[in-house]
Amino acid sequence: MLQFLQLVASGIAQGCIYGLIALGFVLIYKATETINFAQGDLMMLGGFLGLTGTLALGLPFWAAFAAALLVMLFFGMALERVVLRPLLGQPAFTVVMVTIGVGYLARGLVTMIPEWGTDTHVLPVPYKDQIVSLGGNGTEGGLIMSMEHVVVIAVTALLIVALYLLFKHTRIGIAMQATSQNQLAAFYMGIPVRRINMLVWGISAAVSACAGLLLAPITFVHANMGFIGLKAFPAAVVGGFGSIPGALVGGLIIGVVETLAGFYLPEGFKDIAAYIVVLVMLAVKPNGLFGENLRKKV
Amino acid sequence: MSDVILQLNNVESSYGPVKAIRGVSLKVSQGSVVTVLGANGAGKSTILKTISGIIDPQKGSVVYRGEPIQKKDPAWIVRQGIAHVPEGREIFPLLTVRENLLMGAYTRALGERAAVEQEIGQVYGYFPILKERANQPAGQLSGGQQQMLAISRALLAKPTIMLLDEPSLGLSPKLTHEIFEIIRRINAERGVTILVVEQNARVALKYADYGYVLEVGRIVMEDPCSVLREKEDVKEFYLGIKDAGVRGTRRWKKKKTWR
Repeated sequence: MLQFLQLVASGIAQGCIYGLIALGFVLIYKATETINFAQGDLMMLGGFLGLTGTLALGLPFWAAFAAALLVMLFFGMALERVVLRPLLGQPAFTVVMVTIGVGYLARGLVTMIPEWGTDTHVLPVPYKDQIVSLGGNGTEGGLIMSMEHVVVIAVTALLIVALYLLFKHTRIGIAMQATSQNQLAAFYMGIPVRRINMLVWGISAAVSACAGLLLAPITFVHANMGFIGLKAFPAAVVGGFGSIPGALVGGLIIGVVETLAGFYLPEGFKDIAAYIVVLVMLAVKPNGLFGENLRKKV
Repeated sequence: MSDVILQLNNVESSYGPVKAIRGVSLKVSQGSVVTVLGANGAGKSTILKTISGIIDPQKGSVVYRGEPIQKKDPAWIVRQGIAHVPEGREIFPLLTVRENLLMGAYTRALGERAAVEQEIGQVYGYFPILKERANQPAGQLSGGQQQMLAISRALLAKPTIMLLDEPSLGLSPKLTHEIFEIIRRINAERGVTILVVEQNARVALKYADYGYVLEVGRIVMEDPCSVLREKEDVKEFYLGIKDAGVRGTRRWKKKKTWR
């Protein structure tokens, strides 16, 4: 039983990472109805920025963390302004191809930057190799989690609360929701729709970068770490593309199922578990867990 | 007419190669209720969209308080006091009624928060049902309530002039009259100038002061509504009142008969 809980706990931590990247997908999808396939690569850039912040600039970890998020916020906004806005009005396919291209470009360019390159890096964190035990007495008999996992869960929770407050209680947040629900009406209200979309790209990039920074201590920082986005995509689908809570729940489901499959099932199932979950979900409930099915009233 | 607040001079707008309005000129004087009548596809909505900057006209000018405003940013135009109630309400379905109203006030400074709250209270006075449903998602409202919400939302931009695009669309006759009563009240009590485009000529002519008739992108007639109501052509084609007679005797009428 304890072993099971142990697995679930680390699955949740892994799921938080998927959930955050899925959140990035969903934010952009809701606002602009396009899917950003470079989401995983934005995450990778976040990881590398954290690396530069701590090692090259010598910042304390959390300062580097915050700085990386800020840089990625502006990077995301710039990406929208320079690459995507000129494509406004083009078919969705064009935009999707461009985001795939941006992903390739990011992976390629990263390997050309000195200090980053093709090597595998370790992001040094102050909480490395610490252990938290819950329940039981001391380190015996309780649920044991590595500090890395605890931090992942805690930071994800904080981020979610912050985003919730932003979307529910600030004018700009409500305007972002409004724009995603009815862009034309947002124009009529005088909401600066283009600027709002730019901000959404920024936030999405920052959220992904946050996932990268949280994941880095558990795995490594590498030019190809962005491929984890391929598992976050099923998370977004399971949650019902277009639902923010859905993205997180979907991420958690994928994370937990994957971890359990890795332990209880034969070799190889770990890697395909996410896709099996998404296939089952599509067969049973194609709209996803939190999928919206709104019809317009005439 | 007294002082003109909004004037269109020879405006031409199109969707791609399709010209929707071809040289429309009209005047709206301060404090009045003006209507533009026309059938489906006559270009009514295009006129409003051109005024509020959603569509840029190819030719002509839109003059608001003596200044040309064509080809400006829609957000800028809203800030100048032109609020648009779009066709088919276009509310934000997942936001609550209150949040919808707050979005209507988006262009106003953050410092006006208290004034906005007070105005939300006033708007609830016009439409008490909205207060009851303040915290429900707007998508759950009925069609009529959504129209009320759309009008209220536009009011929160503190407009000098309000553009209404077919407020009667999809509403029962009773509800249509109620909505128009309130539009008149808004005009009288708050001094908001109203430009309303309508297919429902009977109601529009009853409540408006001055009317234009638009056919395939051109203004074909204009007069005070009391005069328009009595014109034979308007009676026959927009009000459905007809003296006994042979259908399609006059050429331009023949075009409009259904056979």
